[in-house]
Amino acid sequence: MLESFGVRMHLADALVSPGVGGAFWAVTAASTAVSSRAVARRAEAGATPLMGMAGAFVFAAQMVNFAIPGTGSSGHLGGGLLLAVLLGPDAAIVVMASVLLVQALFFADGGLLAFGCNVFNLGLLPAFVAYPFVFRPLAGPAPGPRRLLLASVAAAVVGLELGALGVACQALLSAVTPLPPRAFLLALLPVHVPIGVVEGVVTAAVLTFVRRARPGLLSSDGGRPGAVETGRRASDRPVVAGLLLLAVLAAGVLSLVASKRPDGLEWSVARAARGTPAAEHGPDGWLAALQKRLAILPDYELPASAGGGGTPLAGLAGAAVTLALVAGAATLLRRRGARRAGPP
Amino acid sequence: MSRVGEALAGLDALELRASADGSAQALDARAKVGVTLLFTVAVASFPAGAVSPLLPFVAFPAALAAAGRVPFREVARRLLLALPFVLLVALPAPFLDRTPLPGALPGVTAGWATFVSVLLRFALTASAALALVATTGLIGVAAALGALGVPRPLVTQVVLLSRSLSVLGAEAERMERARDLRSSGRRGRELKRAGSFLGTLLLRSWERAERIHRALLARGFTGSFPAPRPGRMGGREALFVLGWCGAFVLFRLADVPSLLGRLLVGGLG
Repeated sequence: MLESFGVRMHLADALVSPGVGGAFWAVTAASTAVSSRAVARRAEAGATPLMGMAGAFVFAAQMVNFAIPGTGSSGHLGGGLLLAVLLGPDAAIVVMASVLLVQALFFADGGLLAFGCNVFNLGLLPAFVAYPFVFRPLAGPAPGPRRLLLASVAAAVVGLELGALGVACQALLSAVTPLPPRAFLLALLPVHVPIGVVEGVVTAAVLTFVRRARPGLLSSDGGRPGAVETGRRASDRPVVAGLLLLAVLAAGVLSLVASKRPDGLEWSVARAARGTPAAEHGPDGWLAALQKRLAILPDYELPASAGGGGTPLAGLAGAAVTLALVAGAATLLRRRGARRAGPP
Repeated sequence: MSRVGEALAGLDALELRASADGSAQALDARAKVGVTLLFTVAVASFPAGAVSPLLPFVAFPAALAAAGRVPFREVARRLLLALPFVLLVALPAPFLDRTPLPGALPGVTAGWATFVSVLLRFALTASAALALVATTGLIGVAAALGALGVPRPLVTQVVLLSRSLSVLGAEAERMERARDLRSSGRRGRELKRAGSFLGTLLLRSWERAERIHRALLARGFTGSFPAPRPGRMGGREALFVLGWCGAFVLFRLADVPSLLGRLLVGGLG
């Protein structure tokens, strides 16, 4: 259970409405652009190949399972917090976005429209909220192993809870499927406490190990974890916090607006069909209007038009014909492709 | 095979397809990425519970996969692996919404329509993404995203990631196999060993990255790669983009399967 939740916390395209997906795309695009600029500024410092490897590391680490004591289940590393500690929040966002893109494209994990949501939940929240506001203050300048553990666990739990809250809000606002908000939150949030604890323990263990094995890599520069941490001046921090707040607000407001109003296309169609009588409004109404206008068979009296949604027989027959057409076309295309490419 | 190994094999299989010879592979990456994005938005824009108007959209992933000679079985296998979370979120719908649907078969409620709709959306959008990457490759997609305005460092990062994945994935797989061979049962898989295992993996990747960076610098690397293969937007691309956009608009505005069904059944009756 832990496992399936842990791995599949990526919001799928199937659960996102264009309004919510678009709003979070905008938020993540803005913050990724800002972070990318910061990363580009220090690209000469050797961070770029390191970031590529760090992405590959997170990708691989997510697939190595460890037994969780006392539960019989297994867990794995998510990596958002570890990336923020190792590379700094800016690079962490860019790395996380690249990992999420690979997962969305190759493993159907997440999706293109939900990409913004997932970068927000799994990248922005751990790197720009949990890391600066929980991890850094708790860890302090030169944390011992216990302090590091405390800071990591607290930050990981906060990060994952926020992420789960993000998933819940995005799914609820999208309203693709009816979900009772209370029950959904009650199912999602408590599950992420143990996942967060495991994430924090593993993060702390990795940091401690690395510090012991190669003392120069971490916490040597002024006692702060983060070997290639951004050279960001302290005065930049309010800007980032402000930007994040703005982002959350924008996302909230935009998606509220988006979900209360019919989506853009429907809205514009409804407006275009304003001339038609009141009874002809709504999807069925404009469908009928469109049928008349398209006029495949102009004088054809649709037998099911009185029933509203059409008879089940017509629906099933239509679905079957559509799929048969698609299958036929696909087979033809495949044959043509095979002939063009020669024997495989 | 370990999970890391499986994932890597899967990645390689799709990347290989992308470099194969096919009419979908020959199209410019920007056209394919743009149309896939539009497709995803069009599918997501349907109201909750839409099923029959979504069906014609199967044409796009099916055509892209067929023209790119991507086996449908491979796509289906990957969809099944990613299904659980979607299923978990969609499953309550039939129990929460028991409003009977007008004009449907008896027993079919709005909740069931929502459930099927979510699964259909998932199959459509996820198979389109898979078909896209199997005909374009990760680097092609990254380049197209760069051309569409995604920041350069992110594009560079995706290129570097795609190069690093196989290197580091192989390392992780070796380490995992060695661990499993040394430990019988669960020994060595305990959480307290995670630090040393992942820490070692991290240090090795770090060292590799440093070596690679020195090698890149020696060859005149300045922090970002030259834009990969510019490609050409020609007549075929224009036809591809315009044709599919037209089809999506038609599918979005008219419930094609219902129209067909009424024509067919009406014609028979």
